[in-house]
Amino acid sequence: MKQHWLVRPGTIRLLWVIFLFVLALTILASLTTEVHGWFRIDGSFAFYAWYGFLTCICMVIVAKLLGRLLQRKENYYDRD
Amino acid sequence: MTGISAIPPGLPLILGALLLPLLGLRIRAALVLGLPLLTLALIWQIPDGVSLRFTFLEYQLEPVSGDRLSRLFGTVFAIMAFAGGLFALNRARTLELVAALVSAGSAVGVTFAGDLITLVAFWELLALSSALLLWSAMTDQSYHAGMRYLVIHLLGGVILMVGVIGHIADTGSVTFTSMALDSPSHWLMLAGFLLNAGAPPLSAWLPDAYPEASPTGMVFLSAFTTKTAVYVLLRGFPGADILIFVGLYMIFYGIVYALLENDMRRILAYSIVNQVGFMICGIGIGTELSMNGAAAHAFAHIIYKALLLMSAGSVLYMTGKRKCTELGGLFRSMPLTTACGIIGALSISAFPLTSGFISKSMISQAAADETMAMAWFLLTAGSAGVFLHAGIKFPWFIFFQKDSGLRPPDPPLNMRLAMILCAFICIAIGIWPAPLYAILPFPVDYVPYTRAHVIEILQLLLFSGLAFFIMLPYMKRTLTITLDWDWFYRWLGPRAINGLTQVLSRWHTHRRTDFLRHLGHLFGTLFLYHGPRGILARTWATGSMVLWVVILLGVYLVAYYF
Repeated sequence: MKQHWLVRPGTIRLLWVIFLFVLALTILASLTTEVHGWFRIDGSFAFYAWYGFLTCICMVIVAKLLGRLLQRKENYYDRD
Repeated sequence: MTGISAIPPGLPLILGALLLPLLGLRIRAALVLGLPLLTLALIWQIPDGVSLRFTFLEYQLEPVSGDRLSRLFGTVFAIMAFAGGLFALNRARTLELVAALVSAGSAVGVTFAGDLITLVAFWELLALSSALLLWSAMTDQSYHAGMRYLVIHLLGGVILMVGVIGHIADTGSVTFTSMALDSPSHWLMLAGFLLNAGAPPLSAWLPDAYPEASPTGMVFLSAFTTKTAVYVLLRGFPGADILIFVGLYMIFYGIVYALLENDMRRILAYSIVNQVGFMICGIGIGTELSMNGAAAHAFAHIIYKALLLMSAGSVLYMTGKRKCTELGGLFRSMPLTTACGIIGALSISAFPLTSGFISKSMISQAAADETMAMAWFLLTAGSAGVFLHAGIKFPWFIFFQKDSGLRPPDPPLNMRLAMILCAFICIAIGIWPAPLYAILPFPVDYVPYTRAHVIEILQLLLFSGLAFFIMLPYMKRTLTITLDWDWFYRWLGPRAINGLTQVLSRWHTHRRTDFLRHLGHLFGTLFLYHGPRGILARTWATGSMVLWVVILLGVYLVAYYF
């Protein structure tokens, strides 16, 4: 069966290129606006980009660690 | 005081719903769609102030009391009842439609209740009708989940009721106004309200119960209970500091649990808690801007969450599957559902040009204005996390990721129309926020679309997206559930009681044997002396008895002389 155009490796590579280009564009765009930080650090360069990126990585890691502690099989409550 | 504005606007929904089982399909459809519109019309007839007042058991009840906040929530509840009705039409069981309309009517009833007695009455009706809505899925799981739901909510109702009684005893007034946390009864009322909002520690009822509802049922469930709680908190406890912490906890609880979840509708259930967390945080900050933000966010949230659940409901309805591990690649055959799901996901993530963007940013702006640094940084991280757990994760795992081989078509016409309606509202509010801003409780002078703000949010969200795809290998779905506070009453509680019963019954058996042995001894001794051969049961000769009597009398006589 022919692959849907959206899932072909070529398309996916193209999507990544576009995505990274847009990311770069948002960073460049922040150069053109006046930075107005309320709490000093949020006025640093491309704050929202690195802050969003790092906090998301942290949240995934925290979730993974908590999952080790709290994840159980699906039928955990139905066993008895 | 009289006329059309004195009709409690929730009443037509509740009474009309009870007629549904008696009517033919066509009239039933007309009622399901017509009643919410009638309610909407009634809501906008109600002027500010009390429109209906009467005395009941020496209390002044005010079942119809309107202001901007009531109208805002009443409006979105009515819109939601209409959209949900359209989605469920011809698909849902009659019981489900009845329960859904009654719960919508009770939610509207709460928003226009001017006194606490009316409020509690509608509050309880909302809990009962929501449980019925769960049960109408008619599965084993929904039965048990509905039971647990009811137990928790009746408990919450009792806590609220005790608080209300205490408040009336303290102040002598039944009017529902804003309260300070200065007495045990007010704390109890806050606890009762927060329980319905899905606040910790009793938040597990929400992701436990809602995903067990029918594909159409969860659309209704998601709208009314938690947002009614947001409404009463907005009116009752604005600016209560504790709400900031409760809200922040809920935001991250929702994100972390949703990241670990495999069931698509449970992901969305966790994200309800997450979104309500933003609203509660806004209520806790307590400025006009943050309260407006919380109210606007509730309005926007009801619509985009309904849209997300409609797209998830369509997938469940068409495939019968609900786990991310079993789904994927559905964009090929369900283009409309995919598009609507993505619009809902972008709205919940507060992407520019969607409804979430113009509402949620008011709350973080208010935190910045009040220089609440911790709240602001956490809210911003939370916003990034929303994109992570709902904005990308939901559409990615359902409609893209691997090809599951499933090729279901888009759902029937009425379901498609309901999704299109909600998607339209999400984008319309995002592009043109003025009409929503005009009906918020306080005057708005907030401008969401500044160049800087749009760039900031795009950076935040797109880099969260980058983080998602980088971390994708670590986010593989597993066939697991995640333990929550409900572990205490679903696992530990029953086992503790079982254990205790066993110990007690062993102790009881032991004691009983002991007791019987002692009793046996006692009877043995008694038998020894009193039995047929016992010393006291012997036959005595009359002569010997006379001799003993003479001896005794003789002893008396001697004793008498001394």
